[in-house]
Amino acid sequence: MGRTLAEKVWEQHVVRRADGEPDLLFIDLHLIHEVTSPQAFDGLRMAGRPVRRPDLTIATEDHNVPTVRGPIADPVSRTQVETLRKNAAEFGIRLHPMGDAGQGVVHIIGPQFGLTQPGMTIVCGDSHTSTHGAFGGIAFGIGTSEVEHVLATQTLPAYRPKTMAIEVKGALPFGVTAKDLILAIIAEIGTGGGQGYIVEYRGEAIRNLSMEGRMTVCNMSIEAGARAGLIAPDETTFAYLKGRPHAPEGEAWDAAVDYWKTLRTDDDAVFDKVVEIDAATLTPFVTWGTNPGQGAPLSSVVPAPEQFGDPIERSAAERALEYMGLTAGTRLTDVEVDTVFVGSCTNGRLEDLRAAAEILQGRQVRTRTLIVPGSMMVKLQAEAEGLHEVFKAAGAEWREAGCSMCLGMNPDTLAPGERSASTSNRNFEGRQGKGGRTHLVSPQVAAATAVTGKLTAPADLV
Amino acid sequence: MDAFVTHTGTAVPLRRSNVDTDQIIPAVWLKQVSRTGFERGLFAAWREDPSFVLNDPAYAGASVLVSGPDFGTGSSREHAVWALQQYGFRVVIAARFGDIFRNNSTKMGLLPVILSPEAVETLQKAVEADPATEITVDLAERQVRAAGETWSFEIDDYTRWRLMEGLDDIGLTLRHADAIAAYESERQPWLPKTA
Repeated sequence: MGRTLAEKVWEQHVVRRADGEPDLLFIDLHLIHEVTSPQAFDGLRMAGRPVRRPDLTIATEDHNVPTVRGPIADPVSRTQVETLRKNAAEFGIRLHPMGDAGQGVVHIIGPQFGLTQPGMTIVCGDSHTSTHGAFGGIAFGIGTSEVEHVLATQTLPAYRPKTMAIEVKGALPFGVTAKDLILAIIAEIGTGGGQGYIVEYRGEAIRNLSMEGRMTVCNMSIEAGARAGLIAPDETTFAYLKGRPHAPEGEAWDAAVDYWKTLRTDDDAVFDKVVEIDAATLTPFVTWGTNPGQGAPLSSVVPAPEQFGDPIERSAAERALEYMGLTAGTRLTDVEVDTVFVGSCTNGRLEDLRAAAEILQGRQVRTRTLIVPGSMMVKLQAEAEGLHEVFKAAGAEWREAGCSMCLGMNPDTLAPGERSASTSNRNFEGRQGKGGRTHLVSPQVAAATAVTGKLTAPADLV
Repeated sequence: MDAFVTHTGTAVPLRRSNVDTDQIIPAVWLKQVSRTGFERGLFAAWREDPSFVLNDPAYAGASVLVSGPDFGTGSSREHAVWALQQYGFRVVIAARFGDIFRNNSTKMGLLPVILSPEAVETLQKAVEADPATEITVDLAERQVRAAGETWSFEIDDYTRWRLMEGLDDIGLTLRHADAIAAYESERQPWLPKTA
């Protein structure tokens, strides 16, 4: 019987297999940031252990960094960033600090450098590591104990998850984005739907996505409960990688591409679960609740809790509406927002900024609007194209790179009761600031919303 | 990691689903570089509500958390596990867990126990009726016992053994350093290096 892509990549990385034990998996790339690493480095020091493969490890500063120029004002945040610098120096790890041209959100810089390649195993102490699966590898988030384990051994003991195919049939209609697609998928299968699975996204609509769009889809796999999501590499993948600083060159490139072309699910392979999505039925999608599964088409209304048959879902919806300050039956396009955030590892890439700029061109924003590039490189590219001038002319704020308002660890936060349209990945209670209310949207919907002050689809702008 | 064989204690019923790790420990608490003091941040936003179950003195001293489904979804922050442990919890019982949270828990010796939604409901009702109800979580027998009932739960043999012995994964893996070195010598030459 044939094998799925996930099975092929997994098998390629098994260092040791023994009955009754998890596989010991080799890790090709370990990404580090300041938040989940300090206690891991402390653990190494206490045990007198070195980092086994600093040459397969890279660090950046992203979660805490301010997005306005200048030093970190919060002394606790500053200490955390300084701790990363000290640890990187002590253990010989390449670091891209604030102000460096290579700095940025950890999941943006890996692909940007060409460090994320097909068939690799990639981990990071961050659940959105699933982003890198867009290149056809297995990439997943880990906790600090496992960060320490990878630093010390470059491996992880793990059981292979089950495999799920999400087949997206047909083409996405005009104006429907990768973000709308993944939000619709999460609403369909639920926040626990992917638990225990690696998801392979397949089908025409997936094949037609750019690498940026594929990263947006894989990024939010964790929001459906799946630790990892991946997409088979193809010409789009190879074209993205070609010429990047860490991509293979010359004969090595040819050898790599030959191998990468084998990284696809065999025709006779069997997935443990298959979910089908009809792309043609999709429209711009937003969340109305406090988990990413609580979403609906933007053209619909805030649902009534009574329409959920499951009592647990019903009480979750009641609680979510109370927290969000929403009334069932309200048209989603009547929901007014205070702040628009465009950025994050979900939608902080150049393509996302171009999409937002296209809508903001020649228009004015009515809300506080933060445009935060995912990396310094994205920022420089956007400025080379003049996108920053479009944003500034529209009245939006053009910021430095970082995680920013996605999780509000830096000064970019919502005040209690404030409502955002955000291109990030989580609408949890208080995620963007205590008492803040988050609606997850695509960059296009975010930009249109900034113009009207209400949740708005670009097609509805006059 | 402390060994976990069996534990008996009182419980807190948390009647919420999708208790994400941002609720368990809000991001502002993640700025610490130490491993201690996270109990103060446990459910920090919810604890501001006097009616939140953790503020009910009837449940003081409880060491088992009985939650709605999809506990620990979201962020990979292990701080969520540290916060629960440092507050005094040894066990979390739920019908479904976020994968990363469940994995992080077993690395630290906090036992995540999956029971059916019906069993969780029975436990929550028993504890609500009498907060002094003791729950025994027996890892050796893979059983939860309370209120005159017994439920079995599944956990793989290896993780169970590691928890019962209180073993550090890194030490176990380093016994296979030769296998790691052998694998490294066979890797494709084009694979990227950061340095």
